[in-house]
Amino acid sequence: MGMKVADFAYELKEGLAISFQAIRANKMRSVLTTLGIVIGIVSVTLMGTAIEGLSRGFNDSISKIGADVLYVQKWPWFGGDEWWKYRNRKDIKYDQYKAIERQATLVKAATPACYTMASVKYQDRSSDGVTVIGANDQYVETSGILMDAGRFFSQSEADGGRPVCVLGSEVADNLFPSETPIGKTVRIGSATFRVVGVVEKQGSFLGLESLDDRIVIPIESFFQHFGSNRGIQISVKAANIKDLDDTKEELRGILRKARHVPPKAEDDFAINQQEMFVQTFNAIGGVVAGIGLFITALSLFVGAIGIMNIMFVSVTERTKEIGIRKAIGAKRSTVLLQFLIESASLSLIGGLIGIIISYPLSLLLNQILPTSMPLSVVGIAILISIIVGVVSGFLPANRASKLDPVEALRYE
Amino acid sequence: MNVINIKNISKTYVMGTEAVHALHDVSIQIERGEYVAIMGPSGSGKSTLMNILGCLDTPSTGLYEFNGVNVSEMNDNELAKIRNKEIGFVFQTFNLIPRSDALHNVELPLIYGGINAHERKRLAEESLHHVNLADRMHHRPNELSGGQRQRVAIARALVTKPSIILADEPTGNLDTKTGDEIMALLEELHHNGNTIILVTHEEYIAEHANRIIRIRDGMVERDEPVEKKIVPKLA
Repeated sequence: MGMKVADFAYELKEGLAISFQAIRANKMRSVLTTLGIVIGIVSVTLMGTAIEGLSRGFNDSISKIGADVLYVQKWPWFGGDEWWKYRNRKDIKYDQYKAIERQATLVKAATPACYTMASVKYQDRSSDGVTVIGANDQYVETSGILMDAGRFFSQSEADGGRPVCVLGSEVADNLFPSETPIGKTVRIGSATFRVVGVVEKQGSFLGLESLDDRIVIPIESFFQHFGSNRGIQISVKAANIKDLDDTKEELRGILRKARHVPPKAEDDFAINQQEMFVQTFNAIGGVVAGIGLFITALSLFVGAIGIMNIMFVSVTERTKEIGIRKAIGAKRSTVLLQFLIESASLSLIGGLIGIIISYPLSLLLNQILPTSMPLSVVGIAILISIIVGVVSGFLPANRASKLDPVEALRYE
Repeated sequence: MNVINIKNISKTYVMGTEAVHALHDVSIQIERGEYVAIMGPSGSGKSTLMNILGCLDTPSTGLYEFNGVNVSEMNDNELAKIRNKEIGFVFQTFNLIPRSDALHNVELPLIYGGINAHERKRLAEESLHHVNLADRMHHRPNELSGGQRQRVAIARALVTKPSIILADEPTGNLDTKTGDEIMALLEELHHNGNTIILVTHEEYIAEHANRIIRIRDGMVERDEPVEKKIVPKLA
């Protein structure tokens, strides 16, 4: 058994050596032959690298939404072209949050949330364009944030509308570069709030919005200082992620009743969830992958035809040699293997060139989209090259193996 | 015992709509250690006979026993195995692999025979030594003279210690002097106990053997010992 493995390894070495020789002897021909393979491999590795980067960035961002959190809002996240439907919807109001708080059973935490933008000041420093969020104490649960310092505000602070706040890391860095913010008082407009906690750095959402440029205050305070006649959103964390759909249905029931939606009418609100992002991403990702795969498949097909052609020529050129080998005892399977290894080597060389070309291109890609060429993609590329080589070389190798030694020896 | 026992073999080819009877009812026995020449003009069927003797082809009808084993109905792989282990070919046009050196060429039958690398190298070097080409082991065929190439071919033929050496016009592409050297080498091999079958159309070459079988029109015309054997000076 050991001898067989050693022999295969020998055939492999021979095949590679012969391929290199053949390539060196015919550089132009070899380059043109493997061009299709090279392009195919470049396209598949770049596509793999891009998808890796997109996935990474995406997963990073959506983990901040929470798979078990439902967002009750006027607008659906991916409404498509029916925006006119949503424009005239009534706002979600605080009393509807209260209804959920009272009636929902499949819910672990729920918070109302309303938003505005303002400057936050401390002494003579100012952090501008900060998103001000009014919410209750359960915000920390529904948003899944972790505190870097201090704590989130408590239920009594929330209920009582106390003038406390929690800072996002960017605001904290801006206003308190060299001291701890805890216990200090910041100003939003004319209102003052005492800092009780600072949120851990979160980064940006899909590269669009910084999640650290925020300040959270109790919603009652928000209503006091910014007015209460505004729409809110409601974030609800399901009691059990497995029963997410049931939770969603329960909320729908409560909201329809609270909003007096007639029985036959559509919902006049949206319940959004992370799953929608995943679906949309997958759809987009699917299109990107589809296009990439098409280009790859086309190039590889062209490359395979090229290799098959060249191998047919090679078999014909070496007819006499095949006759000699058979005369001294090469079996059909040996000849078949020899030529399959040659075509696989040729294809593999094209693949390796493709990878060598894509590597610097992937570094370029990294400027636009944080990504790196994953080893799995390199592995797949190599595997694809070998498979293409074997498949495209099969017919010529088969012909070589079936040559009649007597005829072949006579060939000039 | 007979190395080769051919009984009533015929070979017919179909060329388009014509049937060509290359061999008709041929019977030959060759014993171990013999030095036989097979002679005939072009179209006599001697090439067909040689191909069958060399297990490159099978007869249409009849029996071929090689070392007592019936090879007439063997399949491709079985014939390949016999060619590999039992038959050493020497061709008119040398037929070496051009891109490999002498050592690799001689090793090739051993590779196909599944011999491990270490053993292969030893046997191949030994064989090249035998034909006085040890110092040219790593030369490629295009770096060797005609005579040297033929000697590499003979080393290759010998390396598996075959039952017969089948030489097809071995001096056809060589000048007289070099041809004589090769014939001297074959005589030495015969002297050492090898069974040699020489296929030729030249009387002068055929008379180096001990027995001549003459073929004409696909049949054995004459089969007799050589009266005045030409014995080249052993090197």
